Parts: sequence; structure tokens; C-alpha cells
Amino acid sequence: MSDVTTGRQLPNRLDNPLKSTLLSWESLLVLVAVVIFVFNSYSSPYFLNEWSLSDMTFNFTEKALIALAMALLIISGEIDLSVAAIIALASTMMGLALQYGADTPVLVAVGVGVGLLCGAFNGFLVTGLKLPSIVVTIGTMSLFRGIAFIVLGDKSFGNYPASFGWFGQGYVWWVISFELVLFLVFAAVYFVLLHRTNFGRRVFAIGNNDVAAQFSGVRVDRIKFILFCLTGLMSGIAAVLLTARLGSTRPSIAEGFELEAITMVVLGGVSILGGAGSIVGVVLAALIMGLVTFGLGLLNVPGIVMSIFIGGLLITVIALPILFRMWRQRA
Amino acid sequence: MKLLKILAATTAIAALFASPAFAQTRIALVVKSLGNGFFDAANKGAQEAATELGDIEVIYTGPTAATAEAQIEVVNSLIAQQVDAIAISANDPDALVPALQRAMQRGIKVISFDSGVAEAGRQIHLNPSDTNLIGETIIKLAADYLPEGGDVAILSAASTATNQNAWIEAAKAVLPEKFPNINLVATVYGDDDSVKSTDEAKGLIASYPDLKAIIAPTTVGVVAAAQVVTDQNLIGKVNVTGLALPSEFKQFIDNGASQAVALWNPIDLGYSAIYLANELIKGEEAKPGAVFSIGRVGEITLDDTNSAPMAAPFQFDKSNIEEFSKIY
Repeated sequence: MSDVTTGRQLPNRLDNPLKSTLLSWESLLVLVAVVIFVFNSYSSPYFLNEWSLSDMTFNFTEKALIALAMALLIISGEIDLSVAAIIALASTMMGLALQYGADTPVLVAVGVGVGLLCGAFNGFLVTGLKLPSIVVTIGTMSLFRGIAFIVLGDKSFGNYPASFGWFGQGYVWWVISFELVLFLVFAAVYFVLLHRTNFGRRVFAIGNNDVAAQFSGVRVDRIKFILFCLTGLMSGIAAVLLTARLGSTRPSIAEGFELEAITMVVLGGVSILGGAGSIVGVVLAALIMGLVTFGLGLLNVPGIVMSIFIGGLLITVIALPILFRMWRQRA
Repeated sequence: MKLLKILAATTAIAALFASPAFAQTRIALVVKSLGNGFFDAANKGAQEAATELGDIEVIYTGPTAATAEAQIEVVNSLIAQQVDAIAISANDPDALVPALQRAMQRGIKVISFDSGVAEAGRQIHLNPSDTNLIGETIIKLAADYLPEGGDVAILSAASTATNQNAWIEAAKAVLPEKFPNINLVATVYGDDDSVKSTDEAKGLIASYPDLKAIIAPTTVGVVAAAQVVTDQNLIGKVNVTGLALPSEFKQFIDNGASQAVALWNPIDLGYSAIYLANELIKGEEAKPGAVFSIGRVGEITLDDTNSAPMAAPFQFDKSNIEEFSKIY
């Protein structure tokens, strides 16, 4: 019998940091983005042009802003399918405010405020009444857009002031649009919030096991409520940008945005079951979606082929690491 | 190394896709959504015009979902490709204006056809026909087979579709005067989606037992409604009519679910759109009163809003559906 206190050491089974970084989801996404970028550059002579690249960002900025907040919500184990409907309602309310002579600051406040209220309403139904979020937000999806339809019918609101249009069409510097800058700022904010604060740690904890989190003193409902508010808030901001970009409001505005935002989140490596994910992944996924849709657009690939491509990309990127793991276990 | 290999491989694949066409005049035909027989026919006409005019490449494109946002993405990619002209059938008259204005700022000629864009977002709008005439025609199609009058309902496309809304307004306007015994009981929206249109048609039949005719001024809706009437054995009781593609609709004229439908010629529409775009590229100026040649279709004169109708709608019934179903 040897001395149990000496000579015993835990074997280091952790991958070394460099290797785990290279094998991470984010590295895979960077690789995919680079491949698509190179492909686009060679396949179309119009791609590598500062204005083309700038136009490309409009394909994803609004949806990506929502995806940032959606990522936190999905990590916490909840989901919000009503985001596109929130845009419709917020945009309609901005149009309504415009009819009463509101100027640009008021319009922005109305858009963001309505988004926040809608998010709070979702949050109340989920945390206050303990209803499942998927059911609640399918309901509010119809409710919010329904209100927009009641207000607008087959009419539209237009003639937004030029200063308001700047939010969706303006450039901060050279070809760098306001939308892109806003997205980058929010990406940084959400990165810090999720990965560098106690709040972010609690979001992960809730997503992994909300009962355990509750017993550990995390105020689960309050955090979930805040996350729904944040998602609503981001939808309100997206509504301001999209309305300003289109210069008009119709009740059918932003149709299908919820699925694209969720696609970005899932492609970004956030577990749809909650508990795992990163903001860097979501930002990369948004960029990839923009690169794919714009690149294929330059080749005049029909939209239906584009949908097939994005579906295929999503399945491939999700399946690859799983296949890789199976292959490594067998080897 | 692996990365380099992948890059080299993608480069090789990419090179295959690169298009050599540069010298040609490139005109983009942007439609509401792809996979729609009407627009495929318009593309056929556009290609005919391109062949006739020579040295023109027609880029036939459009989104999968018929939304303004998706169409803006298409327009942005066309701006990046520096096409010479864009001829668009818009999903929304207002939302596309900023994107199309940007196209015009960068020297691209912009016309709208079929479903128009607000005046600020295009140089010319080519109406397939005259709104009032279409509005009257769709009611007349139903009224012709209802000598005693009765209840009719409209199954439209999206509630935001520019042209459908204009036709329905015009139809409502002529009802009291010219068709006093026709009673329009409802207008429902199938969003140009087969499933939704089918549900809406079923809903109409269930809600209005005395319904004599369903008028669907959309090629998707009219097929869905005729299928519902056929499936529910209501042939002879409910007459389906509206605007339909002869090739898609022939079976329902044959089986009696519909007596007659109408449509302008989408081939001529695409053909005329390319002709107009080409005139603008050649330097013709779009202003009220200007006269433009549209080849074999004739010529048009722009009105105060720089728009013009192409021709009157054309009726298809048992006598001619066979012939036209082979064309489009």
C-alpha cells in the first residue's frame, strides 16, 4: 500500500485551449463564412465592391438585432415567435403617431416603446401565468399582427419625415450604414451581457436547469421576464429601422422574420433546448446568412433555390460536429 | 493546408459560375414571386422582345415569398450587378420606393408593370389593362351567367396587393349602376397561397349557402376556388370566375366548374415591359403625354402619372380555352 496522498494526479483530459478553439463552433462558422466570401468573390465580378458589401448588410441587420436578444431567450429555454408581429404592431403604431403629427424622436420612442410593451406582455403571460412560451407567442403573433390589420386594413401609412428615414437608409461614414453600426454596438452589448456578467451566467443556469437555478437563489421568473422585454425591445428597434428603410407601413411588414431570426440563432450554435450558445456564433451566423443570400442574389439564383441552400446549410452545419464526434468515438 | 485545398476547390467551382456576358444590355424582369405561371408567361414574352430587339439579356428573377422585404433584397443585388434597367411587378407600391430610387440614382432605368410602384419609385408604370375595365369585367363574367342575379363573393390575393385592391374598388363602383341584381356579400383574402385560398373558398361556401358565384381576380385563388367547387360537387350551383391562366384553368372550364374567365395576355405584358425599358435605355424621356412604341402590341401614351394601360382583358370560355391553354 503506497501513500495515497502522493503520486496521485488527475489526468488532464481537457483539450488544450488552442485545439478546443480550433474545433469550436465559432471556428467552423468563420471557416464557412470565409469559404462563402471567397466563393462570392470568384463567382460574381460585382461582389467585391464597397457598395455591394454595404448593401449586403441590409439583408440581415434588422433580423440579426432580434436574433441577439432571441439567443438569450433561447439559451434560457424559452422562445418568442411573435417578434415579426411585434414589428408589424410597432410600425403600425408609429404610422398612427405620424398621422397625429409626431416628429422623428416621438416616432422612434413609439416604435421602441410598443416593442417593449409587447415583450413585457409576452413575459407576463409566460412568467406570471406560467404558460408555455411557444403557445403564448403563437397566440400573441396573431394578436399583434391582427391589431395591425384592424388599424390598417388594406391601407398603408407613408410619408415618414426624411430625418426618420435616415435610421434605415442613412450612412454614418462612407459606406457604413447606421443599421450596421447599431447592430455592432448591440452585438458588443449583448456579448458583455451574456458572457461577462452575473446576469448572463444566470441565463445559462436557467437554461440548463431552471429548478436547480431557482433553488440556488436565481430569480428565474424575473430574469425570463427581462429577457422577453429585451426581445420585444429589439423587435421595436428593428421596427424603427425597417419602417425607416421601407418608408412605409403595411400590416404584412416583416412577415417571416421570426423564422429567419431563429435560424440565425440556431445556426449560431445556440442549443434549441437551452443552456448553451454564444453571441459570437450568432453574429457570425447573421453574417453567413447575409453572405449567402446576397451572393446567390448576385448570381440571380431563384429565391426557392436560396431557401433550399439555407436549409441545407443549416442542416449541414448542425450535423457536421455530431458526425465528427461519432467518427472520433469510433476511431 | 486543408483550408487552402478547400479554397482552391471552391475557386474552381466558382469559376464555372462566372458569367461572361458584359457587352449586352441587361434588363431585369423582377416579379412578385417565382413559380407563378403568369410571370413565367411574362418572361416568355420578355425573351421574345429580347430576341426581336437583339443584344439584350433578360434577367428573370424574384423572391420566393411574395413580400416587399424579399423583393428589396433582389433589387439590391441587381443594383450591385449594375443592370441597365429594372422592370418590376411590385409586392408593395410604397415599400419598394426607397430601394428603387437608389437604383435610379445609380443610373438604372426603372419601370413597373402589372402591379405598380408609387410615382416616386419608377419612371413609367405599364398597367396590364385599365383598372375600371377590369373591375367591370370581373363582375360581368359572373353576371353574364346570372340572368336573375344573386349573391357573389370575391376571393382576392393578399389584402395589400395593389392591383387586386384597385380592381375590387372599381368592381364595387360599377355594381349599383350596371349590375343592380348582383349582390356582393363578402371579400376574402387568400394571399395567393393555395392552401389559404382553398380554406377561404370553403369558408365562403359554408357561410353563404345562397352563393351563386365566386370571383377570384388572381390566378392562384381562382384555381383553388374551382377545385373546392369541384370537390364539393357544387358544379352548376356555384360558378367560379375571375382572372385565370388558361393552361392552369382549362380543366375547370371543361368540367363546368367555371363558365368563363378572363385575363390579359401576360406574354404581351412581359414583351411590352422589355420594349419600354429598352426605349428608356436608348434615351427616350418619360413624361406625361409621351408616346412609346411597344413593338407588335402597338403603342402607349403616358398619362399625368407617367402610367399607361396596355390592352383590354381577354375572355376565355369553352370556345377558345383549348387554343390558349397551349400558349400560357
